[in-house]
Amino acid sequence: MIHLNDVKKRFRRPDGGWFDAVSDTSLSVSAGEIFGLIGFSGAGKSTLLRLINLLERPDAGAVIVDGQDLTQLSGAELRRARQNIGMVFQQFNLLANRTVAENVAFPLEIAGWKREAIRQRVAECLEIVGLTDRAGHYPAQLSGGQKQRVGIARALAPRPHVILADEPTSALDPKTTQSILECLRDINARFGVTIVIVTHEMGVIRSICHRAALLDAGRVVEVINVEAGRVDARSDLARSLLEAA
Amino acid sequence: MEPITFASALANLSMMAPEIWQAVKETALMLSIGLGAALFVGGPLGIVLYLTQPGQLFAHRGFNAVLGWFVNLVRSFPFIILLVSLGPLTRILVGSTIGPVAAAVPLSFAAIPYFARLVEQTLREIPRGVIEAAEAMGASPLQIITKVLINEARAGLISSLTILTISFLSYSAVAGVVGGGGIGDLAIRYGYYRFQTDVMVGMVLLLVVIVQIIQFIGNRLASRLDKR
Repeated sequence: MIHLNDVKKRFRRPDGGWFDAVSDTSLSVSAGEIFGLIGFSGAGKSTLLRLINLLERPDAGAVIVDGQDLTQLSGAELRRARQNIGMVFQQFNLLANRTVAENVAFPLEIAGWKREAIRQRVAECLEIVGLTDRAGHYPAQLSGGQKQRVGIARALAPRPHVILADEPTSALDPKTTQSILECLRDINARFGVTIVIVTHEMGVIRSICHRAALLDAGRVVEVINVEAGRVDARSDLARSLLEAA
Repeated sequence: MEPITFASALANLSMMAPEIWQAVKETALMLSIGLGAALFVGGPLGIVLYLTQPGQLFAHRGFNAVLGWFVNLVRSFPFIILLVSLGPLTRILVGSTIGPVAAAVPLSFAAIPYFARLVEQTLREIPRGVIEAAEAMGASPLQIITKVLINEARAGLISSLTILTISFLSYSAVAGVVGGGGIGDLAIRYGYYRFQTDVMVGMVLLLVVIVQIIQFIGNRLASRLDKR
């Protein structure tokens, strides 16, 4: 489903030097999988995630999603490809002047859906995340967990094959975190959406991921399997992340 | 000269009612043209200023710097100098340098860069992440401008327009110098040059009332549109 082939991304530092956020990394995520990206701050996990929908364009390498190399697409083709890749953010990034229903409708308007189809799909998605009764509210009237549910409904609306989640629970308390993770797991199980989730908490990996990549200094140190909440890892990094959790 | 009483002032002003009404219409005409130009030329200019900033959708340091410099250049002119120096251009555009339509030319010239800066500043308050979310959903630049930037900044944009309207109500008084007419001009011609203090006070009071009304409407509209 997702293949990153030898991708590389460096940023200009304020002092004029270069910072290698991601260096020569390859990664494959299978269809229907929940895949975690974990590491300490500055390990390059968010950058790696943002390479998947080309919010960051790699300096080298290929980004293949659904059989398409996104780096080779024109502007319009990339926009169409992105409609197939939902994204959920740590800070929710909802439109403050749109209601919950209008926020969920937003990606569908962009994709040119008909009004009636939008209305139906919005109702469906709000039902899935359990926010039907908040359809007419504005984001400012919601709790953090509710805002993130709107974010998930919005990402899910255009029936994407992939959802990218950038620290989706890091701004939430532990109880809300669990309910959001369950929501994501539910979506994965019911609709087979491939989910890539960035986190710095091993608990998140344990509770919903099938596999995860451990990142350090812009490289994948180890790809681990998670089974029934047990993490099978060998590297020192994995051990220190487990201890931090 | 007779002393002014409240009754005499009132009688005087009511006798001048047709001229006052004419002046109100002239002011309204000057303002509408100036604000229209600000909205339809200054607005897009402000959006371009914002989008070409470093880190934005069409980041282009050089273009942004040149455009910003040009905007500052026009904004540096004292309005009265803009007014007289644009005479030849006004003659080409309007065919005359006298009257409210002619005065609207320099007014527009001053209003466009002023509003552009206000728009640029207002748009800066939109969180970068919201624009990024729209990009991630596959929104085109035009969709981002219309559905995200303008809609998210709408309350701030109304407040900016309110500020602009009130500033230019006062600028329009200066336009009387070149025969632009309007309320401010009436105050100067009758009140100042002809020593009819009651007319001057009456016109200033009229302007005070108009400013209060504009600010009231602007505030109400902005707070109704703001869902943040």
